[in-house]
Amino acid sequence: MSVQGSIRLAHGAGARLTADLIREVFAPAFGNEHTARAEDAAEVRLAGTRLAFSTDAHVVRPLFFAGGDIGKLAVCGTVNDLAMKGARPRYLSLGFVIAEGFAIAELRRIAESIGAAAREADVEVAAGDTKVVERGAADGLFITAAGIGEIPEGRDLSPARLAAGDALVVSAPVAEHGLAVLDAREKLGLGPAFRSDCAPLGSLVEAAFASGAEIHALRDPTRGGLATVCLEFAGLSGRRLVLRERDLPVRPAVASAAALLGLDPLYVACEGVCLAAVAGRDAGKLVAALRAHPLGVQAGIVGRVEEGPAGAEIETAAGGRRRLAWLEGEPLPRIC
Amino acid sequence: MPAAESFRDPELARALVGRIRALAGRLGRPTAFMEVCGTHTVAIARSGLEGLLPEGLRLVSGPGCPVCVTPQGEIERAVAAAALPGVALVTFGDMLRVPARGGSLETARSAGGDVRMAYSPREALEMARAEPGRQFIFVGVGFETTIPAFAATVLEARGSGVGNFSVLPGFRLVPPALAAVLASGPALDGFILPGHVSAILGTEPYEVIPASGRAAVVAGFEPLDLLLGVEMLLAQLAEGRPRVEIAYRRAVRPEGNPQARRLTELVFEPADAVWRGIGTLPASGLAFRSEFRDFDAAARFGLPTPEVPEPDGCRCGEVLTGHVTPRDCPLFGNVCTPEDPVGPCMVSSEGCCAARYRYGPEGASAGRSGR
Amino acid sequence: MCLAVPGKISAIEGRNGTVDYGGGLTRKAALDLVPDAVVGDYVLVHAGYAITRIDQDEAEETLKLIREMGHPDAGG
Repeated sequence: MSVQGSIRLAHGAGARLTADLIREVFAPAFGNEHTARAEDAAEVRLAGTRLAFSTDAHVVRPLFFAGGDIGKLAVCGTVNDLAMKGARPRYLSLGFVIAEGFAIAELRRIAESIGAAAREADVEVAAGDTKVVERGAADGLFITAAGIGEIPEGRDLSPARLAAGDALVVSAPVAEHGLAVLDAREKLGLGPAFRSDCAPLGSLVEAAFASGAEIHALRDPTRGGLATVCLEFAGLSGRRLVLRERDLPVRPAVASAAALLGLDPLYVACEGVCLAAVAGRDAGKLVAALRAHPLGVQAGIVGRVEEGPAGAEIETAAGGRRRLAWLEGEPLPRIC
Repeated sequence: MPAAESFRDPELARALVGRIRALAGRLGRPTAFMEVCGTHTVAIARSGLEGLLPEGLRLVSGPGCPVCVTPQGEIERAVAAAALPGVALVTFGDMLRVPARGGSLETARSAGGDVRMAYSPREALEMARAEPGRQFIFVGVGFETTIPAFAATVLEARGSGVGNFSVLPGFRLVPPALAAVLASGPALDGFILPGHVSAILGTEPYEVIPASGRAAVVAGFEPLDLLLGVEMLLAQLAEGRPRVEIAYRRAVRPEGNPQARRLTELVFEPADAVWRGIGTLPASGLAFRSEFRDFDAAARFGLPTPEVPEPDGCRCGEVLTGHVTPRDCPLFGNVCTPEDPVGPCMVSSEGCCAARYRYGPEGASAGRSGR
Repeated sequence: MCLAVPGKISAIEGRNGTVDYGGGLTRKAALDLVPDAVVGDYVLVHAGYAITRIDQDEAEETLKLIREMGHPDAGG
């Protein structure tokens, strides 16, 4: 048992300690295959229909940041988890935990943002719940979101399907969301070039499938960034994922800011990006389809899947290779 | 100007690797070089350079991570400062998660302490100007590269009469640590010297290295800079003429940055300091000169530095002086991990054990010399 | 131990410089430690302070030296 004592912030960072928590506390108690799989969304069958079902708790600080807010994030995060299962997102339910004293004007702003994001994502907020807690019991506002969507027949996405020879395709430049939120939270003053990429990816995924490419798995690199998704894919597939540093899409301003802050863009969160593992022969087809979509104009091949042993690594620009490792806690700016 | 990318060119990297292999072959014996600077440790690991180097050429990490060598007592002093009423504690992000007995600055912040992150001491000065009713204490860590920034900020604070800004001094100096490494008699053939510390210090303080028969090259942080540094070290050994050279000439002048040193000397004077894992080294830290004592947060707020014993079984002291690799430590990777660090080399992302754990070639249980 | 990032001084006001890091990212940096710096100079910035000027000729020289190493017949 490695999970003992009390909860620390790192238990919620989406990396190894979170996985430990799920494996040792939740999965044994819940006792079903879905929990054990620890995916962002589960595939379930109801009355013969294939559904994707997902839930997501949103605790972002600050509540508002360039390019989004906690409301837009709650919609996009949940919709994207469904889309990464190949589902067409349909309905959301939202739970609001609000602290006494929270400004109604801010809540209204967030609600409007939720409405706009839901319309953009073509989903309906079908149910909701509101609880108010005493001042101090919660920090302003938390939102939990659950969503369901239909998975059309013929779509079978799972990291277990990754095969040697697959290409890894990224739909857009990485690390945008994490830097924008960090800038807002720590008042770094990075300026207007830094905005969250927060966006619903349902229509992008539809475009990907419409291309006819044989897609094996999709995932959105949120918390923990692209490196963490590669490690998750490696763990679930038993394959080796190899990224090429030179091919990674990183906007020059983001690369400069990451260098300045001592951050590795590979580990910084995205909210409007998807990583696809696609049969190697279809990679070009998929990239072309993504590039024709407004959210995928900078899509490109960033790496490949090899036979095991399971792991993830990167071929560096200078021609070296290094292993990718799990993140410990959210990356912080540093000067060393 | 050539962009930083030029110093990552894979063609030129191959050319340098070819030279390095030829020189290593000519030497015909195993060699070990210490990269003193933690930023070098991370740069080497992140660029995957080690896989390019020939068998028998080992790179060993040194004591150059300021977060790592900060004794736990100083972290506890900072955590205590964060609990003072009316005080905002400002820190580089590097220090936020370093654990001590009773928690880190991050846990102090979660518990309601006013702990803020800043990228520069000047930002803290600006915060102090904006909130004159609050005391702002900056957790002063760093080597010669960072210290002049603090000196300049303190001078600016005094010049403009800002009375609510102070610094908890926890600075360390590189040459005394190098002297301690040399005195411990490690099996090292040469030193990759810290590029940005040297931009301030120049090369004069390093003359003790060739005097001990070892090679010395100041290197930059891009892959080509580091490979060139290794090539020049090997060339010195092949020629049998150890000396101090600069492979990072675009940023480092032999005389360093006299203006930066002048400001540092105006504000600070040498003082003995404790290095976590190594112990007390004479004149290896800095204290405020008496005329700047007002800016010493430890004096202003009466903050003592508790003595914390080194943990049992931890071999960080030997790791930091180049005698063993992280893999040789029985705690590495099982008891001691970045999530639950025991010793100094694991507490910061640029600590050699943390870098080894994160980027090491064969996973968390592998040591650097494992290839 | 010390990350420092290169950028180009695009403006100077008193002891403050505006440093352009590329890609549209500009930040203020203090120039107290590089009193001779002028607009157009490249500097290395650490903890909000420019700590040294970057000599462009030396950068070219270093690259030239490395290139020559790739062609041992051409000297080097």
